[in-house]
Amino acid sequence: MATTSRATGSAQAATAQAYQATYLAAAQDALRLASRRDRFRPVAVVSFAQSRTVEREDHLNEVEMLMPVVAEALGAAGITKKELGFVCSGSSDYLVGAPFSFVMALDAVGAWPPMRESHVEMDGAFALYEAWTMLQDEDMDTALVYSFGRSSPGDIRRVLAMQLDPYVEAPMWPDHVAIAALQARALVDSGKLSEKEMAEIALRSWHDAMSSPTAQVAREAGLEELLAEDYLVSPLRPHAVAPVGDGAAAVVLAAGEKALELAEHPAWITGIDHRIEPSSLGARDLTVSGSTRLAGIGAGVVSPGADDLGVTGGAAVEIPEVDLAELHAPFAHQEPLIAEALGLDASVRLNPSGGALSANPLMVAGLARIGEAARRVMDGSARVAVAHATSGPCLQQNLVCLLAAEAEAGGAVSGRGA
Amino acid sequence: MSERCAVIGVGQTFHAAARTDVSIAGMVREAARRALDDASLDWPDIDAVVIGKAPDMFEGVVMPELYLASALGAVGKPMLRVHTAGSVGGSTALVAAHLVTSGRHSRVLTVAFEKQSDSDAMWALSVPQPFSPPLLAGAGGYFAPIIRAYIRRSGAPDHIGIEVAVKDRLHGLRNEYAHLHMEDINFDMVRDSIMLWDPIRYLETCPSSDGACAMVLGDEHAAESSQVPPAWVHGMAMRSEPTMFAGRDQVNPQAGRDCAADVYRQAGISDPRREIDMAEVYVPFSWYEPMWLENLGFAAEGEGWKLTDSGATSMDGGDIPWNCSGGVLCTNPIGASGMLRFAEAALQVRGRAGEHQVDGVRRALGHAYGGGSQFFAMWVLGSEKP
Repeated sequence: MATTSRATGSAQAATAQAYQATYLAAAQDALRLASRRDRFRPVAVVSFAQSRTVEREDHLNEVEMLMPVVAEALGAAGITKKELGFVCSGSSDYLVGAPFSFVMALDAVGAWPPMRESHVEMDGAFALYEAWTMLQDEDMDTALVYSFGRSSPGDIRRVLAMQLDPYVEAPMWPDHVAIAALQARALVDSGKLSEKEMAEIALRSWHDAMSSPTAQVAREAGLEELLAEDYLVSPLRPHAVAPVGDGAAAVVLAAGEKALELAEHPAWITGIDHRIEPSSLGARDLTVSGSTRLAGIGAGVVSPGADDLGVTGGAAVEIPEVDLAELHAPFAHQEPLIAEALGLDASVRLNPSGGALSANPLMVAGLARIGEAARRVMDGSARVAVAHATSGPCLQQNLVCLLAAEAEAGGAVSGRGA
Repeated sequence: MSERCAVIGVGQTFHAAARTDVSIAGMVREAARRALDDASLDWPDIDAVVIGKAPDMFEGVVMPELYLASALGAVGKPMLRVHTAGSVGGSTALVAAHLVTSGRHSRVLTVAFEKQSDSDAMWALSVPQPFSPPLLAGAGGYFAPIIRAYIRRSGAPDHIGIEVAVKDRLHGLRNEYAHLHMEDINFDMVRDSIMLWDPIRYLETCPSSDGACAMVLGDEHAAESSQVPPAWVHGMAMRSEPTMFAGRDQVNPQAGRDCAADVYRQAGISDPRREIDMAEVYVPFSWYEPMWLENLGFAAEGEGWKLTDSGATSMDGGDIPWNCSGGVLCTNPIGASGMLRFAEAALQVRGRAGEHQVDGVRRALGHAYGGGSQFFAMWVLGSEKP
């Protein structure tokens, strides 16, 4: 940046150099994981359900929000809770404003007789990852993954400020919209993205959401109308920021033969990985999403390319042709950033569900991306789909999941890299 | 279990009522660094990080793992955050172990912590929940009626709880990392301490601590290249049941019995008292020792207090020493308390427990529970490769 002093500049260069070495090692590790994907027990999404996301759920508690969703997901898979090998959930106490909010939520499942069950204080997508590792043990064949997010009781811009370093950042209460605006500004200044393109992403998301019964924002609008809006935090206008909403989602996973028993066309998880970056914005290049790229390499969605610092070695990984992608982009400018990191070109249909700009129940939206992508593989409208979930300020932590109609990672192989 | 898994490094902080000398990041790093040193490894050797803690309200940081990614060397790696109430330290270790047994990763760092001095756990445990009657009594208020039910059911005399409180504090004197070092602890002192939640006296309850615990878990190759003997995972399990419903036995919960049965089955154990050499069990209130002796199958129902009374669970002459580290009654950084139990089992199996080492431990049990006695996590570690 022009205003950066020389001393700060060299400190940043040193940080960047240290991070590059870490990144190189991580990329090699991710590539090694991707090349070993066929060693894992095949696991598939066999059903998905989610509630309609609403601005404020005043009438139902968490259990009541979850019960119909869990019942629908189990019903679609044709199993009862007693047959579940494992249950894993994702949620955040601070959203609800109460400690142990997941404890009562477990009543949505009715854990009796006692169950093998666990919980992550993260988006449900990460609960799904935990369930996937559990299903690698041959002694269980099915798992229920659910998550709930109720953001309406609090002021989300203050709650998420408390995600930052509690000693030097949080006391200034920088809210997540302002922080995301720094990233959007960096992208606009670098010439990678225009404000008009951000508005177009919102228009497409809202249009697509009109065919989704669970979306919170779904409408037709005009470009000029959106660009005439006042900034929320420049360069972000309200349309470029995900709506705040309450919702819940559930996914049923099954392994091996069991998946074929429970679904006619299961959506096989042929690759999955997640990676994290430093929390500190000053230690990152906000115009790229390095951890999304790493997770994409680990999931077998993208090959390391020229700008991955010359990552070499590892077995060749077949990169399939992707039909569609559900990307968790709570801010419009993040969608192209994630797509770029995953090497998804213009031929890939992005967020046919309407994405996070149409519904973004916190802790749920990432799991919902996996569910929405899987739904389209299960109904035959896609052969290969990519799902992505994010957490933390400015895409700090990212999970990438590759879903396919065939259990093997195969399919048309393209040279699509970075 | 598809791949074998072993503990190859253990570390913990010095625990205290307030660790004002370190930030949260400094505190977790202190434990993690000790675990890496114990394993003769460094940050780049780690493939993934799994962190656990109890409610975020205990420190006032939302999802603190995001801010801790750099301090724990997790940048560029997968990082998971587990929260399963009081059992979280145990379940965090189990999630990490599954990353190894699934064949996903070779070396995983797992960390659990709580910096209770940053807030007030009594408050954070008593926030009124929407749609539920407020408890406003903290954990002691919740568990006291359950303990009373145990005493009434078993006919246990009043002094049993006092004996456990004294025994665990005596054990804790041998553990340099323990929070409480009560040189002058004795029966009368516990008996005469103030009654907090009848029948739980002040000295029969756990302290509020700042602290962290960390372990490095490795696959078979990592374990066999370890310079220190590894502690092999012979069995691991978790179980959950609902907080309340008519007919639920909160004194001797089914989830705890099922979890123990599962872990014993995996480890090939039919008589835990004979086949397990020591156990580290989550006892935050003294009376939970006899209750868990029964729940975990070390004694028949109603007989646990007799085992305690006989001195069987003492390091000094007992045949089944429980909580040689001093247990939760000496050290209670809530989110880390479960992992400290799991880690002590590893130290004992590896012969690395120092002054609180029990001779010739071949198999040890680590146990954690949480919520309203409804979440359970356990593992059995052994010195021999399973």
